[in-house]
Amino acid sequence: MNMLKVEDLHVKIMDKEILRGITLSIGEGELHVVMGPNGSGKSTLALTIAGHPRYKVVKGRILFEGEDITEMKPEERAKKGIFLSFQHPVEVEGVKVIQFLQRMLKNLRGIDEVEAYEIIFNAVEELGLDSSVLSRELNVGFSGGERKKLEMLQAYLVKPKLLILDEPDSGVDVDSLKVIAGIIDRLHREGTSILLITHYGRILEYLNAQRVHVLKDGKLVASGGIELVKVIEEKGFAAVEEYGAV
Amino acid sequence: MEQSKLQEILKAGSLEEILGTAVPYPKEIELKGELTKDMVEELSRIKGEPEWMLRHRLRALELFYKLPMPKWVVGVEELDLEGLVLYSKPEIGNEVRDWDDLPENIRRTFERLNIPEIEKKFLSGLTAVFDSESVYSKLKEEFEKKGIIMIPMEEAVKRYPNLVKKYFGRVFPAGEHKFSALHHALWSGGVFVYVPKGVRIPFPVEAFFVIGSALEGQFEHTLLVADEGSYIHFIEGCSAPMYKGFSFHDGMVEIYAHKNATVKFTTIQNWSRNVINFNNKRAIIEENAYVEWIEGSIGSKITYTYPSSILKGEGARTAQYVVSLSNGPFLKDTGAKTIHLAPNTSSKIVSKSISANGGINIYRGLVRILKGAKNSTSTVSCDSLILDEKSKAYTYPHNQIDEPTASIIHEATTGKLGEDKLFYMNSRGIGEEEAKSLIVLGFISEILEGLPFEYVEVLKRVIELEFSEVGGVG
Ligand SMILES: Nc1ncnc2c1ncn2[C@@H]1O[C@H](COP(=O)(O)OP(=O)(O)O)[C@@H](O)[C@H]1O
Ligand SMILES: [Mg+2]
Repeated sequence: MNMLKVEDLHVKIMDKEILRGITLSIGEGELHVVMGPNGSGKSTLALTIAGHPRYKVVKGRILFEGEDITEMKPEERAKKGIFLSFQHPVEVEGVKVIQFLQRMLKNLRGIDEVEAYEIIFNAVEELGLDSSVLSRELNVGFSGGERKKLEMLQAYLVKPKLLILDEPDSGVDVDSLKVIAGIIDRLHREGTSILLITHYGRILEYLNAQRVHVLKDGKLVASGGIELVKVIEEKGFAAVEEYGAV
Repeated sequence: MEQSKLQEILKAGSLEEILGTAVPYPKEIELKGELTKDMVEELSRIKGEPEWMLRHRLRALELFYKLPMPKWVVGVEELDLEGLVLYSKPEIGNEVRDWDDLPENIRRTFERLNIPEIEKKFLSGLTAVFDSESVYSKLKEEFEKKGIIMIPMEEAVKRYPNLVKKYFGRVFPAGEHKFSALHHALWSGGVFVYVPKGVRIPFPVEAFFVIGSALEGQFEHTLLVADEGSYIHFIEGCSAPMYKGFSFHDGMVEIYAHKNATVKFTTIQNWSRNVINFNNKRAIIEENAYVEWIEGSIGSKITYTYPSSILKGEGARTAQYVVSLSNGPFLKDTGAKTIHLAPNTSSKIVSKSISANGGINIYRGLVRILKGAKNSTSTVSCDSLILDEKSKAYTYPHNQIDEPTASIIHEATTGKLGEDKLFYMNSRGIGEEEAKSLIVLGFISEILEGLPFEYVEVLKRVIELEFSEVGGVG
């Protein structure tokens, strides 16, 4: 059975149709890559799957493990096992990272605060992250790399069934990129299905991706194997359109 | 287990469970109807007061008649003083030495709020006021021996007339405005605290106020005198059960901090949403003394409160932390006033307001630095958190500086719980209500850090309930 199935998805923001019929499915344990020019609708796709209320599904549906989740609240989707790593994680003033992570673990995995505390500190150490972020306010004043690493820590703690990564590699330096890719790869090996949105092929060198989809103006214009990445990098997005959506 | 009451409060499923619902109880005396000289005389007679206090009341009554309704007061159209019981004495046995001596219904009201347990574990002393009378007042023996006085205000008027006369109505005079005049004419209940020279009280003392039924006025008076070099932390809690109709609170706090004294005064106000709450709070601060106000307004329908500090002696300092939550169709009109009269004085005002579900917060601040208050400094920060489109926050800071060597720093921020912030929390399994209480608790965490643990736990629970689907109604 497919982990995620998106069927003929049309999405509007205000009155503008951003996604214009997307069909896509990800099998259990697979890692799919979505690429495409700026403004093509990649983040819209990610946020719609996670249930952002600003993005209205006007046609089509989203199935998760066979269940229609198109109308489901975002917190319910999260509880089912969908995790979105944001392209732009927001700053939440006043809420401490540790407290936020404890709450997240309680709600998503039913782990009590005391146990969560230990799990969080162990995970930070295991992943080679800096534990000083835990006492800071959530994303407040974080650099791009710090934000992305915190998203990865969260994903690692939650152990979702489906991990959607919206440009985990943008705005991070080479060292951070390696750390981030390492965590993604680890989750992938542990069986997490992944939808990875990226601009660059770089991160894929560390990962074992199965398929690549190219999004343009709200439509998938090409789908294929990992070899598409090379074509895009050498000749640009237009060159892959001839491959067509499969 | 003794522990159980706190646990019960922390597990409460609704605000109503914490505040309780009003139940009828026997009253010994009630005064109501037109506010006349006769009524004030009757009140004074019931209390068996000395002549000077009766004269004080009658002067205040004259002022009340004369003074106009302050322009900034809204929502008091409903306030028909003649319809209110202006003095209500619950029926209490003769001598109350212990909680067990109180009538069961009154004792239960305080037990429900965990007061006796907190007293035992955390406090140096406690006064409990029910309606218009102090029904319980006790200072732990070890502190009595040090010469600390903590007794009901009425008793102090009789036992320590010279001490009381020196301060009563001198910090916050009757003629200030209509409501202070009303207060001085009708005051009843409250507590008098005196801390002798050099004495430091290690644990807080608390006064807890309950208005037991609707259509009542409560006018309690707290007078706190900290002599030279002394230290006290005074906590004031307010609660009322849910009832139909409204009640009116017009209380007063006068603080006199002598040279080198430190006074912390913390208020946690969680009246039920039927109470119109009017506070008159002021401190006079002498040389190198320090007064800290924490004014936390959670409950009530409408609240007016502006703790004020008068920095009278050189090097006097004050901090005023004002936290106001308006969740639902309620109004909090709060702020702080500071007057710098002497050189090298400093003040710090931190206001944090939270508006949700149509709630309105108004901040009114006044900082005056008079000529001659050389090198005085003031910092004011006003932060508003607005949780939805229906809710509002306004700030009206007013600074008046007549001293060229003085400085003032003013900052204001407005935070909104936007769709993206909420979605981020949602996507981590944290639903809307929980996200709101997390953000609110984070917003005020700086102020919570200054409070004792048990109070923080209860406050957290109250705020969680405010934003849970069952709570926040009243
Ligand atoms: N909040 C928004 N309001 C209006 N238009 C938006 C909003 N978010 C995205 N868009 C528009 O939707 C289109 C797709 O954006 P997005 O999904 O962010 O693209 P990508 O992630 O591929 O760069 C763009 O044209 C963008 O301008
Ligand atoms: Mg994007």
